[in-house]
Amino acid sequence: MSTLPPPPGCNVELTERVLVSFLREETHRIGMTRAVLGLSGGIDSALVIELAVRALGPENVLAVAMPYRESHPDSLRLARKSAKHTGVELEVVDISAMADGYLQDNPDLEDKSQEAVRLRRGNVFSRMRMTILYDRSAKLGGLVFGTSNKTELMLGYGTQYGDMASGINPIGDLYKSQVVALSRHLGVPNEIIDRPPSADLWAGQTDEDELGFTYDSIDSLLFRLIDRRESRATLIEQGFQADFIDTISRRVRMNQYKRRPPLIAKVAARTVNLDYRYARDWGT
Amino acid sequence: MDCRVALCQMRPKLGVIDSNLETHHQWLDRAIEAGAQIAVFPELSLTGYFLRDLTQDIAMTLDDPRIDALVQRSKDCSVVFGFVEESRDHRFYNSVIFAEDGKILQVHRKVHLPDYGIFEEGRYFASGDDFEPVESKHGRFGLMICEDAWHVTSGWLHFLNGVDAMLMPVASPARGIDTDEPELSSQKSWRSLTGAQALLFQTWVLRCNRVGFEDGTMFWGGSAFISPFGKAVVEAHGQEEELLIHNIDSESLKRARIQTPLLRDERPHMVRSHLARFLDDPDAERGIQAQDNSPSS
Repeated sequence: MSTLPPPPGCNVELTERVLVSFLREETHRIGMTRAVLGLSGGIDSALVIELAVRALGPENVLAVAMPYRESHPDSLRLARKSAKHTGVELEVVDISAMADGYLQDNPDLEDKSQEAVRLRRGNVFSRMRMTILYDRSAKLGGLVFGTSNKTELMLGYGTQYGDMASGINPIGDLYKSQVVALSRHLGVPNEIIDRPPSADLWAGQTDEDELGFTYDSIDSLLFRLIDRRESRATLIEQGFQADFIDTISRRVRMNQYKRRPPLIAKVAARTVNLDYRYARDWGT
Repeated sequence: MDCRVALCQMRPKLGVIDSNLETHHQWLDRAIEAGAQIAVFPELSLTGYFLRDLTQDIAMTLDDPRIDALVQRSKDCSVVFGFVEESRDHRFYNSVIFAEDGKILQVHRKVHLPDYGIFEEGRYFASGDDFEPVESKHGRFGLMICEDAWHVTSGWLHFLNGVDAMLMPVASPARGIDTDEPELSSQKSWRSLTGAQALLFQTWVLRCNRVGFEDGTMFWGGSAFISPFGKAVVEAHGQEEELLIHNIDSESLKRARIQTPLLRDERPHMVRSHLARFLDDPDAERGIQAQDNSPSS
């Protein structure tokens, strides 16, 4: 698939302006001044912290690194590097004890050779990290900033109520390729940008291995499929394999549930979010 | 028509009319201090834009004391502001009022309601059906609210009515961050659109967009005075609140219309006979229905 059209870029100055204003205004309008975010050592959270300090100032941002004893040591090292680069205080909360407390009581979560077990363990870690971030949010009066990008959201490549949970998310409408472009513009350390993307939920995991395709090819396809509404026939003409298009399209559809709040059984005249419809920014 | 106009590029609070009313008073104070004779506010300036079910909650009838409070201010400075109008038979309109000398001179109900993409106006609002010009002591003005401006017929009707300026209260959301474009694609489209209208219809075009975010969507501001030669003579470049003041004059209109007398040479009767044939042909009318998709605003 070397002849595919390129993944989407963006006007980085313009995007920076919109996203920084977004973070500042959507935080301040609810009477908050601070932000909390999880710093994984990866590019997405490194980008969000760059945006956060520009919006609120480094003194109003708390970064939390939450390693598990099996996490790659580079993850914490690069999280520190990212915090240092932005002048933000980094709190390290080791989740090994709390995670092991649960895992040890559930022997069926021991066998990491099974894919389903690896996935369950990964979800446990992800939701424990969410619990810590939301507790820090309450403690500090800071809003949790999300770090899921558009590629992950479309593919459902994230843990519902785990890393997908946040108060507001500045990068959820940027594909990975745009995250990379904006990160370079904002001076995210190259070591973080060039590191193979990984959820680091188990040793040796990389996103692209797990997804089965490169981010560039996925972003190129998603951008044309979703943003430009190009037809399957047009996509094939541009060099996309039919089974690649179909696999990704199916994955997007299968994960729609992760992008929406839970379904509510309708029985009344007005039902939350169905026909009781108000903006979240109502009254501000 | 020679007058000094203020474009109030402000940020309304979503659904908080009392606060927005206070904000309008403050902006009017500033506009009057700057010598403005007309102050223009953005679309739905008293209410905010993504109202959804708030539409009915915060609607006002024309005799509402909060509307009257602004109408009374027009004794000092004519004022154009936006709100949700509830008619006596409980239809809801996306309206603007042109008030002058303590009276409502005109209520323009938005004719073209966008109901696609991020817009849901067709779900909540009834459509207006008129583009009557406003006969103000300062000149003859054509009101168009946001999507109205995307339909060439709106501007054309104002053109035939010989308006001096088109006043456009707008709530245009930011979108489109293409690599090789220096500005948002929505901004670029609006600048082309309003520049072309000023040229084609040889009027001043005054575009007043709001700023701020609602549920993650930014309104990009960029309010502007565009001369009858199609040039943006004053333009807000930022996405921040800004009061823009400029004089609009008859002499520019006259020069533009002498240089290229488009209004003199327009042939509305030809359009009428063509349109009559077209509308009488059932196949052709179906063509209009099928193609009645609005462009992005």
